[in-house]
Amino acid sequence: MGVTTLVLDVVGGLLLAAGSFVLLAAAVAIWRLPTFYTRIHAISVNDTLGPGLILLGLACRATHSWEILVKLGLILAFLLITGPVSSHALAKAAYRSGLEPRSYRRAKGGPPSTP
Amino acid sequence: MLNLVDVLLFFFLAVTALGLVRLRDLFAATMLLSLFSLLSAGLFIVMDAVDVAITEAAVGAGISTMLLLATLAITKRREKAPRREVELVPLMVVLVVGGALVWGTLEMPEYGDPDAPSQTSPMTRHFLEKSRDEVGAPNIVTSILASYRGYDTFGEATVIFTAAVGALMLLGGRRPKDARLTGSVLQPHNRQSLAGAGADEMQPKELHLNRILEVATKSLVPFIMMFGLYVQFHGDYGPGGGFQAGVIFATGVALYALVFGLTPAQRVLPPRLLEALLALGVFLFGAIGLWTMVLGGNFLEYGVLSDGPLHGQHLGILLVELAVGITVAAVMLALFFLFAGRGFCGPQRKR
Repeated sequence: MGVTTLVLDVVGGLLLAAGSFVLLAAAVAIWRLPTFYTRIHAISVNDTLGPGLILLGLACRATHSWEILVKLGLILAFLLITGPVSSHALAKAAYRSGLEPRSYRRAKGGPPSTP
Repeated sequence: MLNLVDVLLFFFLAVTALGLVRLRDLFAATMLLSLFSLLSAGLFIVMDAVDVAITEAAVGAGISTMLLLATLAITKRREKAPRREVELVPLMVVLVVGGALVWGTLEMPEYGDPDAPSQTSPMTRHFLEKSRDEVGAPNIVTSILASYRGYDTFGEATVIFTAAVGALMLLGGRRPKDARLTGSVLQPHNRQSLAGAGADEMQPKELHLNRILEVATKSLVPFIMMFGLYVQFHGDYGPGGGFQAGVIFATGVALYALVFGLTPAQRVLPPRLLEALLALGVFLFGAIGLWTMVLGGNFLEYGVLSDGPLHGQHLGILLVELAVGITVAAVMLALFFLFAGRGFCGPQRKR
């Protein structure tokens, strides 16, 4: 095994682990964060970053075939568009159906929410 | 022979199913159903049944979720709370039937058993060993689906066609007037005015509330359709075929309709055209079968369609898959427009 292959293998493994960690953090965020907007904030970032890292990691380990690399690149491009846009649509739908962020409610003198 | 991925997927499937039973919020239940389908698709991938996985992901997680959401927009969002008292007779029926089903599974071969009847059957052997010489399509699933069992597939296409006709008769009735809005809607600036019509008091800058979605949709829909065509015409060589392609194609149009409203989408594919297309697919399938009989073969014996039997098979499979794709896409879109036309994302939708 050449040095390049070894380095790529290790880097790919690290990227995969980092991507998994980011996605795990998103899962913990859904569970721990208090409100819809804080949750979607955490998810929208991690849901784009995590798969991106994983795809990069997979690409590092698939350098022997340019076809796989192209496919991974296409998936990455697709996720880069759809991830943020779907989070945006979700948040906007929630806001327009009347769910207000907490800080707004406090500023307008609504019922004080527990910090 | 279970590995960790299988166990995890099955575990999540069971959890999702339990959650589905307990949920009263139908919106959340729809999302869970979509998740259920996605997990099933994952399981099919693990089992190397890629064709089925694509179908499950496209139909279960994609378009059926959209149809359910469209239905939810018409009906209520929450299920009625069930009565609390225990009904004895239904409980007994459920227990007996459920017990019989579990008892039945005991007779089934183990998961991944190489000696399962479906593995050792002479038909399986025949398909695996001979299909390359008899049919020639590298993807054996397509050979079986479109050629060996073309008659079954014809039946499936007819079933879908019949279901759509039934739904159209039940729900369609007279074409709703807004489905063929003419005049003002056809003007290029009208979409904005439609958007503003329901919200006159809104600030002008808020008229483009969905601009991000519009841009993303516009850039994605061509690729979705391209992918649909790829799945359609690459079905001989890789996973895919008419069913999957039809659904993917319909999803692209439905996505466009969700973001831009029903009217622009129906200007491209008016209901009348869809009704013609969903009949055309089945007609094409049957016509190919009859044409092979005219040429001296059996019903759907594609070998006689061209000079060499393999070339004939290739042509026949291509045409039959195209027929299935046309029918499926038209049926899915007709159903979507039918539900959506009843107040889901029509032009008078609040924006």
